[in-house]
Amino acid sequence: MKNSLIILGFFALGLVLGLTRFLPNVIMESDFSLYALYLLMFLVGIGIGADRSSWRVIKETNIKIILVPLCVIIGSLVGVGAISIFTPEIQLKEALAVGAGFGYYSLSSIFITQISGETLGVIALLSNILREIITLLAVPIFVKYFGKLAGIASGGATAMDTTLPIISKYTGKEWAIIAIFSGIVLTILVPFLVPFILEVF
Amino acid sequence: MITVLVLMTLGIGLGFFVGKFPKVIKGVDKMTTWSIYLLLFLLGIGVGLNEKIINNLHTIGLQALILTVGAILGSLIFAYITYKLFFKSK
Repeated sequence: MKNSLIILGFFALGLVLGLTRFLPNVIMESDFSLYALYLLMFLVGIGIGADRSSWRVIKETNIKIILVPLCVIIGSLVGVGAISIFTPEIQLKEALAVGAGFGYYSLSSIFITQISGETLGVIALLSNILREIITLLAVPIFVKYFGKLAGIASGGATAMDTTLPIISKYTGKEWAIIAIFSGIVLTILVPFLVPFILEVF
Repeated sequence: MITVLVLMTLGIGLGFFVGKFPKVIKGVDKMTTWSIYLLLFLLGIGVGLNEKIINNLHTIGLQALILTVGAILGSLIFAYITYKLFFKSK
């Protein structure tokens, strides 16, 4: 949670500096973000490769749990695709890419900005932040009406960290491992799935 | 974007080897966090400079909300089906 606030703080700071044009010309005229993205993805890769615990979680648990992230992927994409008839300005593949952020707003918005521009990047940022916020607020209701997987599904990639405490509280501790697993799988998939949707379709 | 995926795959490979060194991992984590800050900061600047976005912020916000509702509802429905079919008896 603290981390999310700092991230938003940096975004807000950049926003204010951009709005007020209180910046040296070099920054306004050139785009460093692609190189920063290269660095970030290399680092994210090292983090995934080095994380022994995530591999162990995957090995130790029942094969059936692979169904959990799978239903979150299919559900998110079907849902976002269907509802995109109400957002005629957004193409189907763009809507799908936003949905494929699964709540991982920092990375998905960075990718979408690079590929499709800042407007869709901001939509992805807001939409995926909203996914985290709505999950934090509504897990008890979701679990009541949609069963024990509801919090994990709604949380998407955030089910492994920011929304884990609330999911575990309202679903039961025995589901926490499934939440972590699902969150890890979705987190790893975001940097593959988002560019794939935008560039292949 | 291919470059990004290649770099990430290289990172995963390297990660397997440096996974033994907690100090290195800690440094990598810290740098990861800071590059996310940097990128969101840069996105903020880009958005602030972009008049098209600033002038349409309310429609952009509404579109984001609509897409979120779709994504959450869709995954809730599929999660409900998956739960009923495969996890209920547990």
